[in-house]
Amino acid sequence: MSTAIKEIKKTRPVKPLDPEKIKQELLAKYPPKVARKRSKQILVNKKDEDGKIPSIGANVRTVPGIITQRGCSYAGCKGVILGPTRDIVNITHGPIGCGFYSWLTRRNQTRPASDQDDNFMTYCFSTDMQDEDIVFGGEKKLKSAIQEAYDAFKPKAISIFSTCPVGLIGDDVHAVAREMKEKLGINIFGFSCEGYRGVSQSAGHHIANNGIFTHVVGKDDTIKDADYKINLLGEYNIGGDGFEIDRILDACGISVVSTFSGNSTYDQFANSHTADLNTVMCHRSINYVADMMELKYGIPWIKINFIGAKSTAKSLRKIAAYFDEPALIKKVEMVIEREMPEVEAVSEDVKKRCEGKVAMLFVGGSRAHHYQELFREIGMKTVSAGYEFAHRDDYEGRAVIPDIKIDADSRNIEELDIEKDPEKYRPRKTPEEMASLANKGVPFKKYDGMMPEMAEGSLIIDDVSQYETELLLKIYKPDIYCAGIKEKYAIQKSGIPMKQLHSYDSGGPYAGFKGAINFYKEIDRMVNSNVWRFLEAPWQSHPELSAKYVWE
Amino acid sequence: MRKIAIYGKGGIGKSTTTQNTVAGLVEAGKKIMVVGCDPKADSTRLLLNGLAQRTVLDTLREEGEDVLLDDVRKVGYGGTLCTESGGPEPGVGCAGRGIITSVNLLEQLGAYSEDEQLDYVFYDVLGDVVCGGFAMPIREGKAQEIYIVVSGEMMAMYAANNICKGIVKFAQSGGVRLGGLICNSRNVDNERAMIEVLADKLGTQMIHFVPRDNMVQKAEINRKTVIDFAPEHPQADEYRTLAKKIHENKMFVIPTPIEIEELESLLINYGIAA
Repeated sequence: MSTAIKEIKKTRPVKPLDPEKIKQELLAKYPPKVARKRSKQILVNKKDEDGKIPSIGANVRTVPGIITQRGCSYAGCKGVILGPTRDIVNITHGPIGCGFYSWLTRRNQTRPASDQDDNFMTYCFSTDMQDEDIVFGGEKKLKSAIQEAYDAFKPKAISIFSTCPVGLIGDDVHAVAREMKEKLGINIFGFSCEGYRGVSQSAGHHIANNGIFTHVVGKDDTIKDADYKINLLGEYNIGGDGFEIDRILDACGISVVSTFSGNSTYDQFANSHTADLNTVMCHRSINYVADMMELKYGIPWIKINFIGAKSTAKSLRKIAAYFDEPALIKKVEMVIEREMPEVEAVSEDVKKRCEGKVAMLFVGGSRAHHYQELFREIGMKTVSAGYEFAHRDDYEGRAVIPDIKIDADSRNIEELDIEKDPEKYRPRKTPEEMASLANKGVPFKKYDGMMPEMAEGSLIIDDVSQYETELLLKIYKPDIYCAGIKEKYAIQKSGIPMKQLHSYDSGGPYAGFKGAINFYKEIDRMVNSNVWRFLEAPWQSHPELSAKYVWE
Repeated sequence: MRKIAIYGKGGIGKSTTTQNTVAGLVEAGKKIMVVGCDPKADSTRLLLNGLAQRTVLDTLREEGEDVLLDDVRKVGYGGTLCTESGGPEPGVGCAGRGIITSVNLLEQLGAYSEDEQLDYVFYDVLGDVVCGGFAMPIREGKAQEIYIVVSGEMMAMYAANNICKGIVKFAQSGGVRLGGLICNSRNVDNERAMIEVLADKLGTQMIHFVPRDNMVQKAEINRKTVIDFAPEHPQADEYRTLAKKIHENKMFVIPTPIEIEELESLLINYGIAA
């Protein structure tokens, strides 16, 4: 331990590090087969003569024995996508551990309209399967759990999440859902999101997207009386991010029909097909819904990003450009003009203390990309980054999608066949308008991924392991490392500040303008804290007595 | 106490053979427990004269934690102790897990303890070894001897060979051994010779050849073993002989399963195709 600390405490090397050498160092300890696999997932960001970035190995199985950051399919489905919706009773069908450890106590915030409105987010519903339910099947227990939840809460909808044993014993959660839906007259639907499906939680996102799209979207055709109606996809209201984004959009006069799924409700999902634009924040977790809504209902989508003040401004301008109305464009500019001075004042101040410092980001399926913006705004550099569960398009951009090899793990996840809805399909713009908007720079269905925006020579690592993390800390000695709770304490123990970007360590919001200010201040506090000096006890560097072993 | 598991292809006559053999051992004064490891719970019907038996798993479900040994164990023909592990109806749940739970519970309840003074425990296991649950009776500390019921029909021999593959795995880790093949005749041509050769190839013996006789069916309809229903009938003697042979058996081996091609050529050389 003490030697590890000492090694890291050494000041960062002055000479630039050779990323190729670092890559070799990361791979050196692996057996040849593992090293071969990992070497495809560890890349030096470098464009070739044609300006093309290298292709990365992503969304592939983790080698057993490697301590990964990844979660399971159930976690992705129940926790990430459906977790932030407050008025659907989410029942985990399985032994109690899965339900208990995915109890979202703090991650996603929500704000019901009144005390009378449903909010089940603080609850944890599980069928608590016992040995007996495994042996005899758990369908009866699931039915009675649904009945019990219905009797107690009279929710608008109930959803069922399958855990691993449910898949093994073959409980038909979909048949149970259909039967209970018929009986109770509310919407009930199930997800076959057994933990072992797919290579990471990403499979669960896809399964959740398919389920929500099939069972909820399009159920309520009421068209809201508002001018600029959008959906915000892939925003999960972590630390109140969604509230800040809503505040800004509201100020601009842009109306959010539904967020997928921060601070959301069942009715919003049901009505979301009436929006005129889909804006995609976390591309990885939700692009499926955006694509399906475009095909079925004719809603175009654009990629936006509300992490970082400049990105926020840029995203607002993109939305305004899409609607192409002077009043909106003017209002958006007014809002940006009003918000930016305070942001800039703080960033200028923080920059004095943070400029030149180094960050590393290994998180999520879009966060490792988005948060680089915020660091850039206070002069910090991201030297190495990677995603936990993203696919190649999140690294290299959507242009590579046709080239992505579909393996058996991906085939195991259902792809829905979507067609134009005969009644509800309504193109929001004519092909000519779309073409003209695209010409003016509205980037429909476009996401270039993380790599093109990162500096040459930075190290891109997919599905980073605990072992690689420890080596990276020693080699780069970053000023801050961003990941999740599982990584947090090992990193802090090595004397490096660690910021969680899954749940924000109780901080936030970090989105939008006010969020950016919060983030600058938080990072300033963390990277300039003196506390790390005290990791080494005085006698470790200045022993009062010194001695040596006889054999020395 | 000798612990014996009976395996074999579905429908081959495992339960019938087991119960008739048990009846033979009982006649010889042995104290025996039969553990049915089949969700259908029909492994002790002939010993209990059709008496409906509450299964271990049903009892566990209804009684919760307060299960007594007598709740799950009935006394049958000649004082045999009969238990049925039970399990889910076809198509739901996990029957394999059911057997694991049930055998564990029997152990917890002391069904195998010294003071029960058992001479034999017989596990009658459903069909092929399809998953871990069905291998439960031959895992460490459970049955040490296995007999495979087989006939001269190809699929029965195929299943016997597969079961041997399973035994090899558990023989290495847990010490279970194959005691022999019991040929439950289906009147296939050359059946006896063929099963003898198969036994030889598997490194074991054909411990007994049980001829086909309608008396077995007759006794079954009357919910009895042959020894119970028609003690004077020659078929009753066949089971007595089998019981005696098992009691005196000294040949316990780790089997040497054969390749499918070898099995096929065996059928060509000896069987119906010969």
